[in-house]
Amino acid sequence: MIHSLFLINSSGDIFLEKHWKSVVSRSVCDYFFEAQERATEAENVPPVIPTPHHYLLSVYRHKIFFVAVIQTEVPPLFVIEFLHRVVDTFQDYFGVCSEPVIKDNVVVVYEVLEEMLDNGFPLATESNILKELIKPPTILRTVVNTITGSTNVGDQLPTGQLSVVPWRRTGVKYTNNEAYFDVIEEIDAIIDKSGSTITAEIQGVIDACVKLTGMPDLTLSFMNPRLLDDVSFHPCVRFKRWESERILSFIPPDGNFRLLSYHVSAQNLVAIPVYVKHNISFRDSSSLGRFEITVGPKQTMGKTIEGVTVTSQMPKGVLNMSLTPSQGTHTFDPVTKMLSWDVGKINPQKPPNLKGTMSLQAGASKPDENPTINLQFKIQQLAISGLKVNRLDMYGEKYKPFKGIKYMTKAGKFQVRT
Amino acid sequence: MTDSKYFTTTKKGEIFELKAELNSDKKEKKKEAVKKVIASMTVGKDVSALFPDVVNCMQTDNLELKKLVYLYLMNYAKSQPDMAIMAVNTFVKDCEDPNPLIRALAVRTMGCIRVDKITEYLCEPLRKCLKDEDPYVRKTAAVCVAKLHDINAQLVEDQGFLDTLKDLISDSNPMVVANAVAALSEIAESHPSSNLLDLNPQSINKLLTALNECTEWGQIFILDCLANYTPKDDREAQSICERVTPRLSHANSAVVLSAVKVLMKFMEMLSKDLDYYGTLLKKLAPPLVTLLSAEPELQYVALRNINLIVQKRPEILKHEMKVFFVKYNDPIYVKLEKLDIMIRLASQANIAQVLAELKEYATEVDVDFVRKAVRAIGRCAIKVEQSAERCVSTLLDLIQTKVNYVVQEAIVVIKDIFRKYPNKYESVIATLCENLDSLDEPEARAAMIWIVGEYAERIDNADELLESFLEGFHDESTQVQLQLLTGIVKLFLKKPTETQELVQQVLSLATQDSDNPDLRDRGYIYWRLLSTDPVAAKEVVLAEKPLISEETDLIEPTLLDELICYIGTLASVYHKPPSAFVEGGRGVVHKSLPPRTASSESAESPETAPAGAPPGEQPDVIPAQGDLLGDLLNLDLGPPVSGPPLTTSSVQMGAVDLLGGGLDSLMGDEPEGIGGTNFVAPPTAAVPASLGAPIGSGLSDLFDLTSGVGTLSGSYVAPKAVWLPAMKAKGLEISGTFTRQVGSISMDLQLTNKALQVMTDFAIQFNRNSFGLAPAAPLQVHAPLSPNQTVEISLPLSTVGSVMKMEPLNNLQVAVKNNIDVFYFSTLYPLHILFVEDGKMDRQMFLATWKDIPNENEAQFQIRDCPLNAEAASSKLQSSNIFTVAKRNVEGQDMLYQSLKLTNGIWVLAELRIQPGNPSCTLSLKCRAPEVSQHVYQAYETILKN
Repeated sequence: MIHSLFLINSSGDIFLEKHWKSVVSRSVCDYFFEAQERATEAENVPPVIPTPHHYLLSVYRHKIFFVAVIQTEVPPLFVIEFLHRVVDTFQDYFGVCSEPVIKDNVVVVYEVLEEMLDNGFPLATESNILKELIKPPTILRTVVNTITGSTNVGDQLPTGQLSVVPWRRTGVKYTNNEAYFDVIEEIDAIIDKSGSTITAEIQGVIDACVKLTGMPDLTLSFMNPRLLDDVSFHPCVRFKRWESERILSFIPPDGNFRLLSYHVSAQNLVAIPVYVKHNISFRDSSSLGRFEITVGPKQTMGKTIEGVTVTSQMPKGVLNMSLTPSQGTHTFDPVTKMLSWDVGKINPQKPPNLKGTMSLQAGASKPDENPTINLQFKIQQLAISGLKVNRLDMYGEKYKPFKGIKYMTKAGKFQVRT
Repeated sequence: MTDSKYFTTTKKGEIFELKAELNSDKKEKKKEAVKKVIASMTVGKDVSALFPDVVNCMQTDNLELKKLVYLYLMNYAKSQPDMAIMAVNTFVKDCEDPNPLIRALAVRTMGCIRVDKITEYLCEPLRKCLKDEDPYVRKTAAVCVAKLHDINAQLVEDQGFLDTLKDLISDSNPMVVANAVAALSEIAESHPSSNLLDLNPQSINKLLTALNECTEWGQIFILDCLANYTPKDDREAQSICERVTPRLSHANSAVVLSAVKVLMKFMEMLSKDLDYYGTLLKKLAPPLVTLLSAEPELQYVALRNINLIVQKRPEILKHEMKVFFVKYNDPIYVKLEKLDIMIRLASQANIAQVLAELKEYATEVDVDFVRKAVRAIGRCAIKVEQSAERCVSTLLDLIQTKVNYVVQEAIVVIKDIFRKYPNKYESVIATLCENLDSLDEPEARAAMIWIVGEYAERIDNADELLESFLEGFHDESTQVQLQLLTGIVKLFLKKPTETQELVQQVLSLATQDSDNPDLRDRGYIYWRLLSTDPVAAKEVVLAEKPLISEETDLIEPTLLDELICYIGTLASVYHKPPSAFVEGGRGVVHKSLPPRTASSESAESPETAPAGAPPGEQPDVIPAQGDLLGDLLNLDLGPPVSGPPLTTSSVQMGAVDLLGGGLDSLMGDEPEGIGGTNFVAPPTAAVPASLGAPIGSGLSDLFDLTSGVGTLSGSYVAPKAVWLPAMKAKGLEISGTFTRQVGSISMDLQLTNKALQVMTDFAIQFNRNSFGLAPAAPLQVHAPLSPNQTVEISLPLSTVGSVMKMEPLNNLQVAVKNNIDVFYFSTLYPLHILFVEDGKMDRQMFLATWKDIPNENEAQFQIRDCPLNAEAASSKLQSSNIFTVAKRNVEGQDMLYQSLKLTNGIWVLAELRIQPGNPSCTLSLKCRAPEVSQHVYQAYETILKN
């Protein structure tokens, strides 16, 4: 099971260590540093590193490496999932997860880690249980604690811990009962040179914010549940009911949670809402290259595409670029060779365009690789897969809650090859 | 007001100040001080000096303070064992606290204090907590048993905690069940033999019920535990699968992968015709695809596992090629894995897409990735014949880019394409030759040389090209040197007139100026071949090479099956069985997939099943034959005394089928195609495998001429003994003995048919044994054995089989099959059949080795009733390959110093003391592997007395 945890910042300092079994010397991280050195970028550090006596499993988030040390055969996914859960918990507790914040709250962090794992076995990882055991720091509480000497450690056994619904505590009370659901879809796609789609898939999630009194039992049904054949549920969802009736039936956790994530990969279901026209050419003889990109709407179901940004890693040989956008702002970093263009909204009548020249290293041969264009965008009030919620019902409680559903489509890893 | 204030220090010395604060009267100050201590601890500062002061704060009602002190204790108790005892009382008291949170906290912390002395005090409170009314306390206590076991395993067993833990599997609370399973699994890992997780249909049922209700982490433990269970038939397997399938939709990827493991394993038992089988296959694809949209670290582990799954059951993901397409900002470790899987999934249907992608990748920035992409194109060509042409032209395009590493990779893979499709794409050779100068990596150089040598007759200036490589011969890597040697010899055989000088040059470079034994030996072999019989040389060197197999890097099937059982574990990430890398290899149990069994009804009538099932009916995976056979042998023939005839159970029937099929396939199997280039002499199959005469004899004659080592007669042969009496083998009597003659071992068998029916279809198989003895040729009984007929067979043996230490060491378990049944017997072989001909050590070496081997490895034996003189003994022993290195006469006694070597390279040194007139002599043996001494002594005794 998980032996120890080290938090390492990007400059290679261990700024926190926690051991759940005997203490493992931090020199074990030397193997990690070696791997880090070999990998050119932080993202490329391999997640599993063997050392003579231990294994180091790591995740990299918020510019921090979370390195778990294990000694025996443990399912690596279990460890990695747990590490991500740790990060999520920190984020949940402190708003952001960063080195200074962790240092500022080191005692709470330590107490939380201790509650999450016992002898390497996960103990309490549900955020609402943790928050009952160790109260998250708030300014008010800090002040109160200082004055009254009370603590932020709960002394009662959290009720959810043992119930059949460990994700929900009892005795929840709200004056305004509300339940909001966000259907968010991200399009991952690779578009080739000629503009045809190589792969396209939708990663969808339904995130919920539920603030309901008591023990509500909710059902959520869809207009077109057939879209969802590859789904992962929050543990609260009753699987049997889904299998037989295609209805989501659940007692929700209190607060924010991810109800469900799904995956639509059938290509005919994935509409590509934007097109990118590009003309990037290097010439062998000249030290100038031409560059032009145009972004326009394709299948948007009448909605506006907004928040568009275009980024592209230009080849090393490109020294500088002189470009003029028809709208928005652009930057080119001559050190990292990263071009980014903040387009904003797309006006279908006047597709945004970025045009100009690139100056190349004199005398160098024409670059081998073609830059790939990365696209970000947002479309409000649209789930690109066409998924629609039919109705949301509540049982088990008498009051009438306020309900809301929001749809949004975003670009995930949306890449256009040139 | 944040915790970072705890990091600030004052001038006076931190520890001193903290000490003062810890002993303050004010509660608030105390707590702040403890927080400071904890803060220092988190960054790795040593604050163990404050131990007594912190422990003093332990007795408090303030839960936060208590927790903080506990945190401190866990870290430092080990360094202050005596002080830690002070804390015991508080723990014991807290274990009685009315608040379950405090009881659980106490028992949890106590387990973490890894101090031997404390463990005794821990037992009573732990026992109470294991039976606590509150499930939260019980589940915490369950984990505590695992902790305690880690500190003091004996204590846990003595106190009966293991039984209590087993009882908790039936607990009413699923969380408790999950933790009990987790704890037991952890304990079982360090005790592979103990049957802790004794799974039976009842307990499985309980686990499956708990599975639906416990936390995600608990589900992982339960699923991993389920994977170790072997259902009794396909129905049970199916019902478990049905109950596990919903886990595939879990948000936690570890749960998903553990569920995949259970399903992949149990699927093995399901018949492929079943509707359910198809449904299950369909259900497996979406969750695996979903794993690929998770964080990159999770993707990596998932991809490594998918790699295994795709090899085992390619049908699951065959339509999902596109999800493995690489995104340019994937981390490199994900890219490389995706590429691997793309090649595995490549088929005629999707090859166009794949090639277009690969070509795209070959222009990326990352060198490692580009190389692998180029290599992948070559692999596609080999895998999908229809695409070969397109692949070659793609590779040529890439060569035109002149990017150095792309060119080199392309040449390496083109070499493989030539081997797969000879005489098809040689037109590209000219283009390849253009790039000769830019090759600086050994693999590419070797590949190029191979191509030039292989197609020397089509390349006009082949001799010049090869000569240009020869200039820097000594600076080349071994790979290139070997290739150059072979290439030039090939060239010579094809164009003998112009290249005589060149071949002389390379042969002398290889044999005289090189200190690499491989190179030298290959050089000598060529030289001798060329000088004795150039025609034969041509046949050998230019022999038609076997085509290379489709996929060169597939995991070997038995290993793959074992790894499938380890899906989701580190083993699956490394593609190695845990025994290969887990710390200390604590006797990890090998797992194998369950054999496909028929439903119980049909299994009950084993007589109707044919002895050697046709290969079609066999499961396409043979689960580790050796193991199965070994188990059966142990079970049924452990005591080789007479007993009831072999019981017929369904398990055994499985073994019969497997054995039959396995034997057939073994006999029919040609050696696998060999990847890369190689220049082996004609395969062994070409050597006439005449039965009676041992294969080796012809060869060793040859060696006799050249090396001058003459062995006159074979070693001592014991008379044949009855190994398998007729009454135990349905009328087949087998007697036999072992012989060693001029370097080859054989098993001389006499088969007698004492039954009333004709016997045919004989085959033989050995279980793994200490020295890897295995039949070198199939057992060939040419004519059917009619009743009362006896046939004598000499079965040549090799020592290259798989090795497993047996008890006793020279035990050999044999299975013989005929048309009636399969029979098992075990026999002891005399060790001297393993003494090799070059077992003579030189004097100096002998002395040095004798001194070098520690004295505790020396064993002394008396050989009685052996009235031989030193001369006679020495010559007698010599004929059995025990060589006298030196002889001395000390105080009237003859001392013979002797050496012998076993087939596996173990040297045994002996001192034989013979007193003239005294019929008994003394034998002292020294060997680095002392366990063989006893058997060497027995060999001495047999040889000397006969």
